[in-house]
Amino acid sequence: MDYEVIFTNIHLYIEGLWVTIQLVFLSLVCGFVLALPIALLAICRSPWIQIFPKTYIYFFRGTPLLVQMFLIYHGMGQFEFVRESVIWIVFKEAYWCALIAFALNTAGYTAEILRGTIEQTPFGDFEAARACGMSKSTMYRRIILPGTFRRALPAYGNETIFMLHGSALAGVVTIVDLFGAAKVVNSRHFVPFESFITAGFFYFCLTFIIVSLFKKLEFRWNAHLRPRKV
Amino acid sequence: MKKLITLTLLVLFTFTSNVSANEWDKIRIGVEGAYPPFSSIEKDGTLKGFDIDIARALCEEIGAECVLVPQDWDGIIPALLARKYDAIIASMSITEERKKKVAFSEKYYNTPAKFARKKGSGIIISKAGMKGKTVGVQRATIHDNFITAEFGDSVNIKRYGTQDEAYLDAIAGRIDLLLADSIAMDEGFLKTDKGKGWEFVGPGYSDPKYFGVGAGIAVRKNERELAKLFSLAIKVIRANGVYHRINGKYFAFDVY
Amino acid sequence: MFDLHGYFPMILQGMILTIEVALLSLLIAIILGLIGALSKLSKSQIARSSANIYTTLIRGIPDLVLMTIIYYGGQIQLNNIGDFFGWDYIDISPFIAGTLTIGFIFGAYMTETFRGGILAVSKGEIEAAHAFGMNRWKVFVHITMPLMVRHSLPGFGNNWMVLSKSTALVSVIGLHDMVYNAGVAGGATRQPFTFYLVVAMLFLVITGVSDFGLRWANRRFSVGVRRA
Repeated sequence: MDYEVIFTNIHLYIEGLWVTIQLVFLSLVCGFVLALPIALLAICRSPWIQIFPKTYIYFFRGTPLLVQMFLIYHGMGQFEFVRESVIWIVFKEAYWCALIAFALNTAGYTAEILRGTIEQTPFGDFEAARACGMSKSTMYRRIILPGTFRRALPAYGNETIFMLHGSALAGVVTIVDLFGAAKVVNSRHFVPFESFITAGFFYFCLTFIIVSLFKKLEFRWNAHLRPRKV
Repeated sequence: MKKLITLTLLVLFTFTSNVSANEWDKIRIGVEGAYPPFSSIEKDGTLKGFDIDIARALCEEIGAECVLVPQDWDGIIPALLARKYDAIIASMSITEERKKKVAFSEKYYNTPAKFARKKGSGIIISKAGMKGKTVGVQRATIHDNFITAEFGDSVNIKRYGTQDEAYLDAIAGRIDLLLADSIAMDEGFLKTDKGKGWEFVGPGYSDPKYFGVGAGIAVRKNERELAKLFSLAIKVIRANGVYHRINGKYFAFDVY
Repeated sequence: MFDLHGYFPMILQGMILTIEVALLSLLIAIILGLIGALSKLSKSQIARSSANIYTTLIRGIPDLVLMTIIYYGGQIQLNNIGDFFGWDYIDISPFIAGTLTIGFIFGAYMTETFRGGILAVSKGEIEAAHAFGMNRWKVFVHITMPLMVRHSLPGFGNNWMVLSKSTALVSVIGLHDMVYNAGVAGGATRQPFTFYLVVAMLFLVITGVSDFGLRWANRRFSVGVRRA
């Protein structure tokens, strides 16, 4: 075992860690913003409206993230009209390609989580809100969605961890995230075990932090479900 | 004279191969598969290219069965050390850095490195001319080392797992310059349909400090005997025309 | 756009490999999951702690990173052990590494699913079985197992869906599955989008067929359950 090269290259890992955190955070935020309207469309009763959200969710949950990322990163370059247009500034950068792929992917999963949770809202909540004379939008804003977020929290925590793990794929398309850093160290010094186990250690710590953050959040948001102290 | 050398080598070789035949009746060779025209994968999944043909020819000379194992470049040395195969024939340049981990045979070819740019971009190869430009190289190659050490402070370097990926991004317009082996880039990219928008620029680089002394066959350090066998086999196929025939299949001039 | 230039057979070959990897690793995951679930519910402290360490570690590290660790690191460790005992070289091929890793990862998720499934079996059923004079093994095989299967089926199906998509990662360690082959074909024809789209569709076929199969299994195993 040769951990000396790990310590001399630790700055690479730290930089990679920062890139990973950025990617995960930004894709979660963008993904969530995207997921909300998709979930709301998905619970519409009209089958015509449902086609779009259902297809979206089916595609992004049914295919591997790696393939989605390759479709965007390698695939977009196939089309001349994309390469010639202004949006190529975005697709030109591996970072943005990965971010777009991650955001679209997590939006699919998050939308499905939200849809499921909204549909499980106790009917009494709707009735009570309507009895108070709330309009549909007020009802969703004040009653349904807050309750949904609260109940979706554990599932969303899992999705966050999946996103963190999925973000390692960024290292496959030239981005130097945590996994990318491990690849660079490995290819320069030929220490596969040490370099990847170090990346694994960082990911493990990140997972641990995320899990405890969500536990704290659940503790606060779901205070009413806590067992009462005797 | 030439005949005499061939004869001597063949006699010498027969002698060694008798000794070694018991030891190496099967050699597993790590190859890359994404570095045309040296090694690439065909539609039916078979391997093809200069490295592949050379590997088969060398095995035949040694009198051993050849098992080709495709392996990504990133892990090609670790996998050798992990004994996933016994030798690497993948256009690997003989450098001091790599010699710390593996042993090499004599070179089996040597060609200079060159930059390529997009036609009409007018980029000049100098620190000032390349400032802020993005250069694509294959990760952990001599080209990566060279660009990092010599131009690292003035250009953006994008490192790819395979040379093919670098070509794809060059076509896609993600990079301004490519740095790679001149022959590999010429035959594998510029002369093909994909590379028609790109051209060579600047001098050929072959400074041994970065570029080593040509591509050799890498083996584990405790198996230097195998490297010697390969060196000898290279001499034999150079002398008996096999090398020349393979060379002619891919290139217009002698790459040795 | 859908001119595949004769590369379709190569993609299909890759698909067969993808399915092989998925099914084999599912088998490993089921075995590991059963062992893990029984350990977590066992009275032995050591069994419980090791099962806990297993599931925590697996959930903490990305599958891609785990796969590279096992592919390279596992080989080096195996060589060391082999040298110690004087064995011949044993190869961990990308196929074995990929299958083992995916099996190993989803074994952890299956552990949780099966544990939940076993816990959901009502105590009365087990007590009734004991009252009939069944021994512990018989109770497990005839009562707990079939009921557990029913309770774990939704979680199991979910795990399988995620697992089948995880197989795409084996392309990163150089296994020629359909994603890898799509990369080769896309590079050669300069149509990466076309080929990755084809692969995405094939994945949808796999998930679609699985979904159908799981629904059937769900009906089959829920025979006799009254629904509201």
